[in-house]
Amino acid sequence: MRIHIFHETVYRYEAPLTRAIQVLRVTPRHHEGQYVVNWRIEISEDCKLDAQEDAFGDIMHTFSVHEPLDALSVVVAGEVETQDTHGIVRNAVERFPPSLFLRETPLTQPDAAIQDFARHLAEGNGGTDKLDLLHALLGELHREVTYDTDPTHAATTAAEAFALRRGVCQDLAHIFIATARTLDIPARYVGGYFRRSDGVTAQEAGHAWVEAFVPGLGWVGFDPAHAICTTDAHVRVAIGLDYLGAAPVRGARVGGGEEKLSVAVNVTQAAQQIQS
Amino acid sequence: MAFAFDEMLGHDEQVRGTYTALNTWLREQSPDLLEQRCQEAELLFRRIGITFAVYGEADSTERLIPFDVIPRILSSAEWDILRRGLEQRVRAINLYLNDIYGRRDILRAGVLPEEMVFQNPLFRPEMNGQRVPHDVYVHIAGIDIVRVDEKTFYVLEDNARTPSGVSYMLENREIMLRLFPDLFSRYRVAPVEKYPDELLATLQSVAPATASAEPTVVLLTPGIYNSAYFEHSFLADKLGIELVEGRDLVVKNGVVHMRTTEGLKRVDVIYRRVDDEFLDPLAFRPDTELGVPGLMAAYLAGQVTLANAVGTGVADDKAIYSYMPEIVQFYLGEEPILNNVPTWRCREPSHLSHVLDRLPELVVKVVNGSGGYGMLVGPAASKAEIAEFRARIKASPKNYIAQPTLSLSTCPTFVDRGVAPRHIDLRPFVLTGRDRIRIAPGGLTRVALQNGSLVVNSSQGGGTKDTWVLDR
Repeated sequence: MRIHIFHETVYRYEAPLTRAIQVLRVTPRHHEGQYVVNWRIEISEDCKLDAQEDAFGDIMHTFSVHEPLDALSVVVAGEVETQDTHGIVRNAVERFPPSLFLRETPLTQPDAAIQDFARHLAEGNGGTDKLDLLHALLGELHREVTYDTDPTHAATTAAEAFALRRGVCQDLAHIFIATARTLDIPARYVGGYFRRSDGVTAQEAGHAWVEAFVPGLGWVGFDPAHAICTTDAHVRVAIGLDYLGAAPVRGARVGGGEEKLSVAVNVTQAAQQIQS
Repeated sequence: MAFAFDEMLGHDEQVRGTYTALNTWLREQSPDLLEQRCQEAELLFRRIGITFAVYGEADSTERLIPFDVIPRILSSAEWDILRRGLEQRVRAINLYLNDIYGRRDILRAGVLPEEMVFQNPLFRPEMNGQRVPHDVYVHIAGIDIVRVDEKTFYVLEDNARTPSGVSYMLENREIMLRLFPDLFSRYRVAPVEKYPDELLATLQSVAPATASAEPTVVLLTPGIYNSAYFEHSFLADKLGIELVEGRDLVVKNGVVHMRTTEGLKRVDVIYRRVDDEFLDPLAFRPDTELGVPGLMAAYLAGQVTLANAVGTGVADDKAIYSYMPEIVQFYLGEEPILNNVPTWRCREPSHLSHVLDRLPELVVKVVNGSGGYGMLVGPAASKAEIAEFRARIKASPKNYIAQPTLSLSTCPTFVDRGVAPRHIDLRPFVLTGRDRIRIAPGGLTRVALQNGSLVVNSSQGGGTKDTWVLDR
């Protein structure tokens, strides 16, 4: 499937901005089942855009602006060719052995409720098949937690969202990760895009899901917001131990007063290529 | 503790050679005069403003660290062993950190369990695969050393993050020179006054390749509320460099700058006394204003040197400590000159049962704790305290290590009723530059002022002494 992505973030400031700096993780890379046809980043201001690879192999861009501004926009756009690999992620950039992804982070630290949830899953699972266990987790999470954009925010922890039984894709991913790691299964956060199959192309944000390590298979993508393994509708952009490690934007600014943010994400299936 | 080795009297009440002149001098002084000198010392410290904030004391946020006027003396032969041992240990630590964040040979060789590194909260995944300028991770190390007899020194702890205390080493000497010039005329004491110059030379030597011939060095402090703020401002002043807070630094076009009255000025080396997770809200904790947004990106692009490097905590963690002899052996192929205190790792079941059986005799430490917080000194603990620790260890054994209660050496110390032996340790400061390792002779001697106490940490009521290394 050829997926076209257009992601625009516009910041409007009530007072002139003195300076701002942003670290972006918005650039997908190739791996089996994902080929980046073209990709670009456009910043509304003249500035130096430095590219680096971070410790997890994500492409990271940094830019800063130092002139008074009342608005700033960042556009990320491009095309990616995908194939369904039944969720299995092969030949992606791997910089760590899977066991690193057992680390706890503040956002994914399990509390007693998540530990109980994990125990309950393990007991229900009975056997030792990790893949079955992960599918049980995927299904159970989908039943337990309601998708709701209201009550949580970027800094909500897995434990907080689990207590609410509500959250967005980020929260579901964090709960999944916290539970999987409690079960001694390496798990990591994935930021990216998702093409909806219902024809709706305008979205409020990018998407987030999880990869878990299954012996014999390797890393497998699980999308708890949709209760599926990843498909050719997923475009994988960045991985990390949690949201903070894969966040598309982390920024800081001085001045500007109140900030008005508008985000437009458009994910469409590009016109079919001529098949040969 | 009655049979501790005494630095002056040894095990047998015979004055040791290095202390003969001090002993004579002490006998010559009237108690009143010593008392008066102590008061003068305290007054001088107050005037200089050396204070130390103590965590967990509600009534006073800052107080004076007690200073003891009787110096601790090391012979040149003793220092020679320490110096060589320290140099070896710090070389190994730097090789280890380059390896852990690089090829990971030590994990492949099975010397260290992978989990100890990857599950260690002090391991910084962000540093993985990155080169630091000139391959130096730990530019400033404070290695805590204790002595148990004439011949045996142990390393108690490696401090490879932001070790503090060197300002006391410098101040103690300055005050001793002022108060007791006559005593210095009886000894040839190796100077420590060159430390600021050597620190600056060390920091300049590790400037990134992109820096100018005269690199700009700054000291980054978390600010006045930090317990070591005095030391930060003291050192910046002695080094002749700017003392900055996060808000004074700006990353512009991938380069770190300092805001000055004449505009932005490039910064090449940051002697940072801010912990890793507060350094850059765009890379670590997002909820902090102590750091500099974008600093890590500039650092990883090789545009600035951070001293110490990010992620050095995975070398001084107490669980890793127990592997230091193997680490020295692995990287240098040498026997460690300085030994570790024998250490049981509670993560290993056989060690755990041994520890639980002998808790009242042991010292138990939290692996990621520092400064004497959260430790159990078995022989001094109540039954309730021991029971509490037993439960804590059982709940998460891998968070604890245990060591025998050491009989730390004592040194004559001025107390309420004259001169009496008190337990001491030693924190030498080891500087690693691009070119070489520099160690100020001696270091900071800390003394447990309460009779019988083994806890020398200044946060727990310890004091300090001037440390003399005798020139040949």
